[in-house]
Amino acid sequence: MSNNVQEITLRVNSEELSAQVPVRMHLVDFLRETLDLNGPHLGCEHGVCGACQVHIDGVVVRGCLTLAVQANGKHVETIEGLTDKGVLRDLQNAFLKHNAFQCGFCSSGMLLTALEITTHHPDANREEIRDLISGNYCRCTGYQSIVDAIESVLKAERDSNDINGGKK
Amino acid sequence: MKAPDFNYIKASSLEQVFTLLEQLRDEAQILAGGQSLIPMLNLRMANPKTLIDITGLHDLRDIRQSADRIIIGALTTHSEILSSRVIKQFVPLLAQAAPHVAHMAIRNSGTIGGSMALADPAAEYPAVAMALNAQIVLRGREGERRVSAEDFFQGLYKTAINPDEVLIAVEFPCYTTNQRTNFTELARRKGDYAMVGVAVNLSLQGSTVSSARVVFMAIEDKPVIAQNTMRALINQPLSTFKPQLSHEILQALEKDISPWDDLQVTGSTKTHLAGVILGRSLHELAGQNV
Repeated sequence: MSNNVQEITLRVNSEELSAQVPVRMHLVDFLRETLDLNGPHLGCEHGVCGACQVHIDGVVVRGCLTLAVQANGKHVETIEGLTDKGVLRDLQNAFLKHNAFQCGFCSSGMLLTALEITTHHPDANREEIRDLISGNYCRCTGYQSIVDAIESVLKAERDSNDINGGKK
Repeated sequence: MKAPDFNYIKASSLEQVFTLLEQLRDEAQILAGGQSLIPMLNLRMANPKTLIDITGLHDLRDIRQSADRIIIGALTTHSEILSSRVIKQFVPLLAQAAPHVAHMAIRNSGTIGGSMALADPAAEYPAVAMALNAQIVLRGREGERRVSAEDFFQGLYKTAINPDEVLIAVEFPCYTTNQRTNFTELARRKGDYAMVGVAVNLSLQGSTVSSARVVFMAIEDKPVIAQNTMRALINQPLSTFKPQLSHEILQALEKDISPWDDLQVTGSTKTHLAGVILGRSLHELAGQNV
């Protein structure tokens, strides 16, 4: 069976590139197989586990539920490109401190959800954090340490806003 | 698994979509947010010859107010619905249901049009649309027509959309001050497919229920309007609703629904749970009125 192929041009982690992709290929296969970006993981491949998450134009999406061809003209950012940037860096440090990385399989997806929480739900309490990460499976930690890590970053952000007299 | 092979066409206009639909008929499938269709491809439950990607049709991605209606373009995402102040104010039932739709990353891509057009029996928006008497706007080359939500949903993944039409918007009547709405569902994990859910839309005269729409989801092949239950609620003072439903309302509810067994629970458990969530929902509305 020959695959239908189309050319796409996109930015990946701020780098402009073009590639021929089979239209049936989803974005994570393209990132992992073609570009060797192994940060996004493939767990369930039907949107349930969240390990495949990446940013497209600044919002988190399921990479396995996005066709590579649909990323044409967009900016795709993986954990590799987002690492060491601002709040994500703080989240990574907090995950480390609270032992929220264990096997690491869910971490790249979990961190992008955590990043979205810091942006859109800065006042989330523990219950709300649990709700908001419910789309990401972790089979090691029991979630407690992940909730601890995210909560500590939200709290630190709120405290620094208070000190700086910034708006909540 | 990986999706089977298909042709992929990114549409640049609705005209082009109509032409493609005329040429390809049922060999084509429209791709919007893809949050249900792509898993169905990956699981090989769907096998279209051609995907027509309409996500480039930006005119279909907006929320507008027109007189006493709120018009939501088909490509509006769940996240946009969730963060819209207009929807919170004028279609609160939809805002109450949106947090139950999957998870953040999926809500960032999935669309209201896709959810309606797929007509999954466990989806939240179809039940909300039926509870609010929403209109589904369908456009073909010859023009537009509006179908009431009640007539639009016809069965398991079955709707009133003709093969040459595109669902372009959903129109909701604006909330009025004598209205009370609530959405409640039970799922094993927040955002997963519900075991049962209910959309409640009451109109009050003073503090007494003057009319009621109660629609259950995830129990049969399409959302179920609970006619007997609705009649039993009329003329009841809102403050009398307790978490435990009265015998009379429970009896009415049992006449209204005959849930399927699914992978999670049996039909009889769903009947029980339907009573539990309706009780919670009405009790919450009673609390809001005090």
